[in-house]
Amino acid sequence: MNMNFLDFERPIAELEAKIEELRHVGNDSEVNLSEEISAMQAKSGKLTEEIFSKLTAWQVSQLARHPQRPYTLDYIERILTDFEELHGDRHFADDPALVGGIGRLDGRPVMVLGQQKGRDTKEKIRRNFGMPRPEGYRKALRLMEMAERFKMPILTFIDTPGAYPGIDAEERNQSEAIAKNLEVMARLKTPIICTVIGEGGSGGALAIGVGDRTLMLQHSTYSVISPEGCATILWKSAERASDAAEAMGITAERLKELGLIDAVIPEPLGGAHRDMDAVAESLKNTLIDNLNSLDELSGEQLLSTRYDRLMSVGNFKES
Amino acid sequence: MSWLKNLMPSKIRTESGDKKGVPEGVWTKCSACDDVLYRPELARSLNVCPKCNHHMRLTGRARLEAFLDEEGREEIDANMEPVDALKFKDSKKYKDRINQYQKSSGEKDAMIAMRGTLKGLPIVSTAFDFSFMGGSMGSVVGEKFTRAANVALENNIPFVCFSASGGARMQEALFSLMQMAKTSAVLAKIREQGTPFVSVMTDPTMGGVSASFAMLGDLNVAEPKALIGFAGPRVIEQTVRQTLPEGFQRSEFLLEHGGLDMIIHRHELRDRLANALTLLTNR
Repeated sequence: MNMNFLDFERPIAELEAKIEELRHVGNDSEVNLSEEISAMQAKSGKLTEEIFSKLTAWQVSQLARHPQRPYTLDYIERILTDFEELHGDRHFADDPALVGGIGRLDGRPVMVLGQQKGRDTKEKIRRNFGMPRPEGYRKALRLMEMAERFKMPILTFIDTPGAYPGIDAEERNQSEAIAKNLEVMARLKTPIICTVIGEGGSGGALAIGVGDRTLMLQHSTYSVISPEGCATILWKSAERASDAAEAMGITAERLKELGLIDAVIPEPLGGAHRDMDAVAESLKNTLIDNLNSLDELSGEQLLSTRYDRLMSVGNFKES
Repeated sequence: MSWLKNLMPSKIRTESGDKKGVPEGVWTKCSACDDVLYRPELARSLNVCPKCNHHMRLTGRARLEAFLDEEGREEIDANMEPVDALKFKDSKKYKDRINQYQKSSGEKDAMIAMRGTLKGLPIVSTAFDFSFMGGSMGSVVGEKFTRAANVALENNIPFVCFSASGGARMQEALFSLMQMAKTSAVLAKIREQGTPFVSVMTDPTMGGVSASFAMLGDLNVAEPKALIGFAGPRVIEQTVRQTLPEGFQRSEFLLEHGGLDMIIHRHELRDRLANALTLLTNR
């Protein structure tokens, strides 16, 4: 299996290559290597554990962008039943970088939305690398308002380097598209649960990120600007991205400590891409639990709690 | 030049100097037409070049003092200050940057808020100070905006915000991103109540500020030729690998594409906004 190892996983990759080699030899000859193989597999597991127990913020951001990381549609397929994708903003276009639709979570109708990246080159281009244009955010807005009308909870999956910085996007007012969603999401009379599944890149992420719960997968990131962008501006060099990642505190663990998110959803050892079904299962269970607890609130309570949470974010002093 | 310089007595020579541009003091230059301008006159024209009409930046305080009636102006939350919750350090500590900008600008952070009247109409107004860390939005900007909006809500009086900002403040990381949600949420309440919010975008209004409250005005207004947009022109150029069209992301471009209600000359802002607000509040 091609695991697409990252740079910092090289020792694991080397060990796995050896295991593969032994398997090959084992298949061809009479010699039984199974004991040796299982010993090496144990060693590989231990090594992975060791490396993953002390990931830096920059390493986490590479995992969040891992080419094999599960994307929104991978989760939708595993978590929801009876899913129907819905298209278009009704004004200009359908944006494949942001997908949405209706389906059932544990039998209950829900609206689901998320940025979508592509797996191969053709698909990456079609999905614009997960960078929505204004029509993507306006489709999201349309679907969220529909969810309110039909009393469906909204689940959003955040996975974007950021909103698309292009000439056409500016012409159609990317800023307004994002801003409108922030305003409307703050007051929608239906539960909203936002989960960062990969990259939570700036305003383009927040535009589907205002709600009653903010969850993050263990190796996802959420930040005001990409580490490279921050490094370019503050350190005058993109090479300092790892320092910028550390300084901004972009990991789920750090953001939980800071009280900016509600919960961290654990990933399988080695990252979500090592076992998509397992991570989808725990995401599903977390979503169900959170929806159940939000159900206990009245419509009024839901809105006032959401509003108070938004108002309480910030650090300042008054003399 | 050098032979002439050598002929000159040393006293004169030092005064002529090798400095580029105009010496500090009573003279300055227009950043667009390069014309030499007399500072007191420029201040009287609210930093609009009398020769070419270019709108140069105003400090937040000068902005509100020029916009609101002179009588009965009252600053809101003047003592709110930033704190470095993340112990953020790049080439410099955020804490030191705060001190540095507080000294150079004389302000505690990048936003000033005041209550007052506009041609007799009670209003609340906030203005960014671009000279404080590029007018970046951190927790103080978010909180001040929100409190000013609450004054507007409680008294049901119009709220006018003048933006001049590069966007979110990186040194406050995700806390600054969340100010976008916070400020937009309070505007949702203002809209529900039917209290007018006017967003005046001045040069520049970018990133997290334009992608939150600045684009959420009942009226979206801009000064002429202000740079307004989500992504910075350099980022866009690098992404699309194309030369940007002439006038891209300027006020006139936004007006043409439907993002603005109107472009108003700085000298007419008081009259025209007073008129519009009087109409909106049916007074």
